[in-house]
Amino acid sequence: MDKVRALIVDDSSVMRKIVERSLRQAGIELEKVVEAANGAEALIALQSNGVDVILCDINMPVMDGLEFVRQVATVESAKGVPIVMITTEGSESHVVQALSAGARGYIRKPFTPDQVKEHVLPLLGKKP
Amino acid sequence: MSAAGGLAERSHEENWLPILELAIQEVFEIMLGSKVKTVAPSEHAANTEFTAMVGLAGALCGILTVCCDGKTACQIATRMLGDAAGSEEQAADALGEICNMITGNFKNKLAGTDEQCMLSVPSVISGGKYSFRSLAEGGSIETVLLFEGAPVFVRLKLHR
Repeated sequence: MDKVRALIVDDSSVMRKIVERSLRQAGIELEKVVEAANGAEALIALQSNGVDVILCDINMPVMDGLEFVRQVATVESAKGVPIVMITTEGSESHVVQALSAGARGYIRKPFTPDQVKEHVLPLLGKKP
Repeated sequence: MSAAGGLAERSHEENWLPILELAIQEVFEIMLGSKVKTVAPSEHAANTEFTAMVGLAGALCGILTVCCDGKTACQIATRMLGDAAGSEEQAADALGEICNMITGNFKNKLAGTDEQCMLSVPSVISGGKYSFRSLAEGGSIETVLLFEGAPVFVRLKLHR
């Protein structure tokens, strides 16, 4: 795959930077990184930005990550874009809810760059 | 007896302190690349220049706080971000995320709790002149860790 356009959704700007760094450490060449602080901002960002992968927190103000994943399914331009949840919520029910809503991967915080590599690369058609 | 009350009352009997300390150590090692050791709370005076808080609701009700001085909060942000860190806002954001991850990691280690317990988004107070009062008194677990030689105070206050 060529350079990747990523949407990173987290209410912590520090965490957004760490996720971006982890993507680069995974060997993913980033063409563009779009940041959003919650699900509502992310939906707006998707209106004007095509992306190849979305990495999304769950616990966020305004619109949480689970609701965002449900609503992404209704955004024509984002259909088929893989979503990976990165969250402190580690319960089985959260994993099931996220995957049922359309997420393709689930990473629990705290996380290592290797975990990002393992979950994200296959979704981009690369071997981890 | 409510589920929340039952869990809070059992906390000391089940000795949750080692679980909390393990959750803290994992977060610092994985996210900051820093091996921290815990020390007795009585060895250090609490510094609350920065206080991060995450609330728990459901089977476990209460609040987890992480307190440290401003310099330490900046060092935490720098370790998380590398050279990019610098502002007070980033220090507060980083401490809030550390608090969030410690709370989530602790919750996930308690068998039977993670499915029935929700976390709030983190809040951070800058400035030490405040008093903290919980309306529903319960047990508490407290520990202090040394991060680059400076104390970081972690307290889990449970509601009955």
